[in-house]
Amino acid sequence: MALNYTKKTVNHFLKPKNVGEVKNADAQIEVGNMVCGDQLSFSMKLKDGKIKDIKFLSFGCASNIATASLMTEKVKGMTIAQAKKFSWKDIVDDLGGLPKQKIHCSMMAVEGLQRLINSYEDRLKIKQA
Amino acid sequence: MNVYLDNAATTRIDPRVLKAMMPYLSEKYGNASSIHALGQDNNLILEQTRAAIAGLLKAETSGLLFTSGASEANNYILRGIMSANKAKGKHLVVSAIEHPSVLQTARELSRAGYELDIAPVDADGRVDLKALKKIVREDTALVSVMAVNNEIGTIQDLEAIAQIAHAKGAYFHSDIVQAIPYLRLDLKKMGIDACSLSAHKFYGPKGIGASYVRPGIKINNLISGGEQENGRRAGTYNLAGIVGMGTALELAYKERSVYLKDVKLLRDYLWKSLKKEIPEIKLNGGLKYRSANNLNIRFGRIEGEAILMDLSLRGIYVSTGSACSAHNLKSSSVLSAIGLADYDLNCNIRFTLGRFNNKKEIDYTVKNLKKTVARLRAFSPVK
Repeated sequence: MALNYTKKTVNHFLKPKNVGEVKNADAQIEVGNMVCGDQLSFSMKLKDGKIKDIKFLSFGCASNIATASLMTEKVKGMTIAQAKKFSWKDIVDDLGGLPKQKIHCSMMAVEGLQRLINSYEDRLKIKQA
Repeated sequence: MNVYLDNAATTRIDPRVLKAMMPYLSEKYGNASSIHALGQDNNLILEQTRAAIAGLLKAETSGLLFTSGASEANNYILRGIMSANKAKGKHLVVSAIEHPSVLQTARELSRAGYELDIAPVDADGRVDLKALKKIVREDTALVSVMAVNNEIGTIQDLEAIAQIAHAKGAYFHSDIVQAIPYLRLDLKKMGIDACSLSAHKFYGPKGIGASYVRPGIKINNLISGGEQENGRRAGTYNLAGIVGMGTALELAYKERSVYLKDVKLLRDYLWKSLKKEIPEIKLNGGLKYRSANNLNIRFGRIEGEAILMDLSLRGIYVSTGSACSAHNLKSSSVLSAIGLADYDLNCNIRFTLGRFNNKKEIDYTVKNLKKTVARLRAFSPVK
């Protein structure tokens, strides 16, 4: 099996950014599960319509950890509108490519981000109602 | 420091084996099927090696043929015996923890009109003999159970399985790839009618293996179009590989008792140290019916491939299961068959020791694994 990671992916795996849980989070979600082999937990705090802080926990392979790390790094500081446009392709490009069978990791990270935003917006709607 | 603990995937070639092979890759390059002296000299070596290998396995020389490895041998035996013995029956039985070259081939045969039953195993991976007795029928042509499992090292009761197969007139095949030199094999006495082996699992070269089918058993070809192997397998003889396999097998059994003692001592030391140093770990399968070089360990709350990759970056080479099952990134069917819960299937690491490991390497492994596990658990979402 060809499973060569780029230096950048390896670095994110060895020294992942933004691990942990954000205190007093505005949204917190989980994607995946242990049965399918990847599980990510994300939490996020917003300020003035921007992502002020975002953190993750991972039960997953090296690329699961690396893609979540890179994603949190990239979207921190973005507005919700900008974050909604963030694509898994941005992760793959930024890492300098991912092995074919690991592309799904980048998709799972972005799925986590989108669900985080949905969860935040749902809460906002309920508060406003 | 580099530590290789993946000896069930492949082994490093023994320098003595390489030395024995070299002449056949250089000056003794003749085709063993050629009539002239350069060919016939090699033909003599070919047949001497065949007899020596058969002798070590207590098998009949004329039943042994050379293949590219055990995957080919497994394909040849399953497909060849089933298709040539339809008069006997179209029923095939394999165990639940076979290598994919048996399991996948068996499934393909069942799609092609043969009947397949999978024999269940217990928590140690041993075939449930009572269940097997009920599964084997009058129209069973072949029962196939591996001697030693590649993922958890389970040693099967081959003689008992052979008896169950023979009681119904079925042939018994065993994939003995992981059994050399861990088991002392006497094919005749044990009732093994057919077997498959591969040299690179016992310090020989890659790309060479053998299939044994007891003379008298009908079997169809997998590879046709040449008179090699009495017309049973076409393709120029890989003489360097064959000589390498012969030498490796001879050394494996000559040095067996010391090797087994050494590898078991190191394996037990690794397990003892891991239990002492790392919390939340479990051994998959038991120790009693396990080959002396194998450990397969579940690490609570963290994922196997992340452990593997972290260790690899520290120069320690292990596996998450079989190299083949890692390929499709699906969790192990062997661990599933011995009863692991679905959520435990992605937390496992296989350590397989070998001749070239030493205590210093084991200490280095434990020290680093402790760091790896602590690092990954620090950001696990699993409580």
